[in-house]
Amino acid sequence: MNDTLHVVLRLVAVLVAFLVLPLLVGQTEHKVMAHMQGRLGPMYAGGFHGWAQLVADGVKFAQKEDVVPADADRRIFQLAPAVALLPYLLVLIVIPVGPHGFVGEAVDAGLFFVLAVMGVGVLGSLMAGWASANKFSLLGGLRTAAQLMAYELPMLLAAASVAMAAGTLSLPGIVESYHWWWTLWQLMGGLVFFTAGLAELQRPPFDMPVADSEIIFGAYTEYTGLRFALFLLAEYAGIVVLCGLTTVLFLGGWHGPWAGSVGWLWTLLKTAVLAFIVIWLRVSYPRLREDQLMKFAWTVLIPISLVQIALTGVVKVVTS
Amino acid sequence: MDYFHGYSVVGLVAVVGVLFVTVSFTAGRLLRPDVPTQEKLLTYECGVDPVGEDWAHTQIRYYVYAFLYVIFAVDAIFLFPWATVFAAHGFGGTTLVEMFVFLGFLAIGLLYAWKKGVLEWT
Repeated sequence: MNDTLHVVLRLVAVLVAFLVLPLLVGQTEHKVMAHMQGRLGPMYAGGFHGWAQLVADGVKFAQKEDVVPADADRRIFQLAPAVALLPYLLVLIVIPVGPHGFVGEAVDAGLFFVLAVMGVGVLGSLMAGWASANKFSLLGGLRTAAQLMAYELPMLLAAASVAMAAGTLSLPGIVESYHWWWTLWQLMGGLVFFTAGLAELQRPPFDMPVADSEIIFGAYTEYTGLRFALFLLAEYAGIVVLCGLTTVLFLGGWHGPWAGSVGWLWTLLKTAVLAFIVIWLRVSYPRLREDQLMKFAWTVLIPISLVQIALTGVVKVVTS
Repeated sequence: MDYFHGYSVVGLVAVVGVLFVTVSFTAGRLLRPDVPTQEKLLTYECGVDPVGEDWAHTQIRYYVYAFLYVIFAVDAIFLFPWATVFAAHGFGGTTLVEMFVFLGFLAIGLLYAWKKGVLEWT
């Protein structure tokens, strides 16, 4: 009985985190971007500095008509947002927050599980692009596919380097064996992982699949109302997951002063700082072209991650 | 037993996720208006009538990347089981040499593709 209650509590906690954290990142993005651009951002909704802007947005989305174009592949079109969103919920449960089992569920092959499941999310964009029966959506979908081939491999290799360093695939295990000098040792891998993650999330400067000034909104062009909102939620949930994973793999997760009692705070703080950097990059950099990303991935990111693996291997064998 | 227990909880999360999506879609259906007109259901192309069909000719320039990607990704999968044991006692030197052989193959493959001009878009 107690056990069941425990599991239910964890499930609820993960769902709440999944629904609240992306909104926090979204609201931060509104305000941070506005201030970086010399604006105020939302100020009205909710009274205090527009804190309820995204709630208001949600209410607006829920009231909007759900238009499925006559030419579209109806079922696939309607399912696509769910396929894009749910993988991030699954990933969230295995990310450790604090020491002593403060994690939704510790899975043995956590790192492998995370990489495999995150790869599914991109199918949502592909389904949307293909099923919309719209040229711009199709172009967006193809760009998504092209992007996949650029970022997935460096991400895998960088993650493999951490697995080598820790000697385990379990995410809590990786954080437990972390030492402060790992961040320097795995620096190249960390940068590669984070950059590749940005490309996976289709965030600027790698947002060519949704480039609004070129192809309207890529694969999401035909979406309205709730389904469009779910795609946006998937993007922000993706930011939370990527920053959380980078924290766990490269920045030592809960490690920090008084980790025993406030370890979870360190994880959240590091994740928040990374999320801020994601927003900052959006404001600072122009969009690349798809082929520039492709070239960047294959001639810069992959060689760097191979060097990182060699470095990790040599240091690990020498020190152990 | 523990092993499957972990994944059963993950499975439950998937169930929760599907429930969440179903509930929100159903709630959406109850809340939103539904007044389809022929114009609304047209394909959207910046507000003007759509030109041509939804299928268009395009040059698939990156299929070679796709081949490269598949080859490399399959290779990378082998790294993960190896990564957990390579530094174990008594393995050290041998696995390190193996690693360099492995990386060497990948690097040569990449250099070959680079030299062949496959990594250039135009």
